[in-house]
Order: sequence, then C-alpha cells, then structure tokens
Amino acid sequence: MTAKKIGVAILFIVGAGIAYAETPSSLIAGYTAEASRATPGFAPSAERGQSVFMRKWGVSKTMPSCATCHNDQPTAEGKHVVTSKRIAPLSPAVNQKRFTDLAKVEKWFGRNCKEVVGRECSAAEKADFIQFVSKGSQI
Amino acid sequence: MKTFIAILLIALSSSALADGRKLAVPDNPLWQTECGSCHMAYPPQLLTAANWRQMMKGLDSHFGANATLDAKEGVEILAFLERYAARDQRYSANTQRITDTAWFQREHRELSNSVWTHAKVKSRANCTACHVTAERGDWSEHSIRMPDGRRWE
Repeated sequence: MTAKKIGVAILFIVGAGIAYAETPSSLIAGYTAEASRATPGFAPSAERGQSVFMRKWGVSKTMPSCATCHNDQPTAEGKHVVTSKRIAPLSPAVNQKRFTDLAKVEKWFGRNCKEVVGRECSAAEKADFIQFVSKGSQI
Repeated sequence: MKTFIAILLIALSSSALADGRKLAVPDNPLWQTECGSCHMAYPPQLLTAANWRQMMKGLDSHFGANATLDAKEGVEILAFLERYAARDQRYSANTQRITDTAWFQREHRELSNSVWTHAKVKSRANCTACHVTAERGDWSEHSIRMPDGRRWE
C-alpha cells in the first residue's frame, strides 16, 4: 500500500469516526418503516408535516404550536417563548447538526409532543415532520 | 504613593473579578446540553441541594414545561448539582426558582419593573439579556449591559 493510499484510508476512518450516526433521510426512512406497519403504503408528506408544525393544538397556553418557539420558518432562528433563549434553526437545510442523532430526536419529540400536542407523536407524524423541516421552507 | 495606589487598584480589580467569576458554571457537558437548551445552564451554586433535589423530581412539569430526562441522565445531573449547590439559606427558595431566593432579590433590588418587562428581557429567567457575558462565566457588574444599552455603573 502506498503512503498516499494509507493517507486516504486514515482520512476515511477519521471521517467515518466523526460522521453523524443518522441523517434526516435515514430517520425519515426508519419512521416510515414503523408507520407502514400500521398503515401499509404510508409515504411521508411535507404538507402534512407542515400542518403538524403550524397547528395550534390548544393544549398548552404558552406553547400552542411548534412554530411558537421554532419560528414559522424552520430555517430561521427560533426563540423560547418563556425564557427568550435563542434556538438554533430546526431545518437541516441550514443547520447540519439537526436530525443526526436518533436518541436526541426521540427525546425532543417525547418532551415537545407531550407539551404541545398533548400526547406522544406517531411514527407517521414524525416522518412527516422531518420531511417538512428538511425542505427548508414553507410550502 | 504611586506604588500604593497601584497595589490598591490591583487588589480592588481582582476582588471585583473574583466576585463576578464565582458564579462561573463548572464544566459539565450533560448540564449544558440537557439543561441549557431552553434556558441558560444556570450556575448550580444558586440553589441549595434540597431545592435541586425537589426540582429534579418534577421535570415532567418544570415551571410549566416538559423537561423529562432519562433516569441515568437525571442521576448524573443531580450528582453534579449536589456537588456545587449552595449551603447558605439565602440561596434557597421553596418555589425552586432562583429568582425567588433572598440572594437574587437583594442583588436585583434596585431594578424597576420596567426592566423586567422590557421586550429584550421579558423573563427573570433570561439572565443573559443583561449579563451578556454570563455564559462565559463573567457575571461582573462591569459586564452588565442594560436593555437600553447603558452600563450598570
């Protein structure tokens, strides 16, 4: 093996080491597979994702919708409605850290769905949601 | 005389710095990520261990928001909080709100209500609105910028 090849191999290994475990597409695929078991032929929809994101669920007075804190445009910075802390954009189109870690994604869906929607979100809703925010703009 | 003044100035400035620095948040990545997303990762020195324990029991309804952690993270974070918690009752509040402690009230006694309701502040939880360098561990009065841009002094 030449020195150059070894260098490339090392770069590849290091690169793989820091690469994120998941991508938005792999997460959508995972949730789609789960949703398909209940709804055969399920296909994720950015339109439905947008309505989940924008809908005022009427559960929490301070946090009626996802957009309350995350901004109507998921590509823009959000602001926590209670504490005013800035929230980095939710859209992976502008924020590459988003939707790259299943455990983190599950944790935040867990907290925020109960808070805003008043129950756990379904796999179908999660697939739709990521499909929408990944687009990078309102439809 | 000049030497005396120089020494005095150094002593004064370093004590002011120490005051502003003693609220630096001890380094803890879990505290930063889990408890620093919705609000700044507050200094654990600002409540007693009893207050923190009480708070960590009710994260599903954390001042009106769902902030649940998994069990392992909860244990690790509580250990961190207990380690650095205040021992003085001036830092205790039965509401578990830092802003209800005698210490906080006294430190902020000169502020008028219009500061708290200012559009750039809105909440007493929003430390960094005025303590603009707090997340770097600098809470000194010198670093305060009021919402209208004035210095505090």
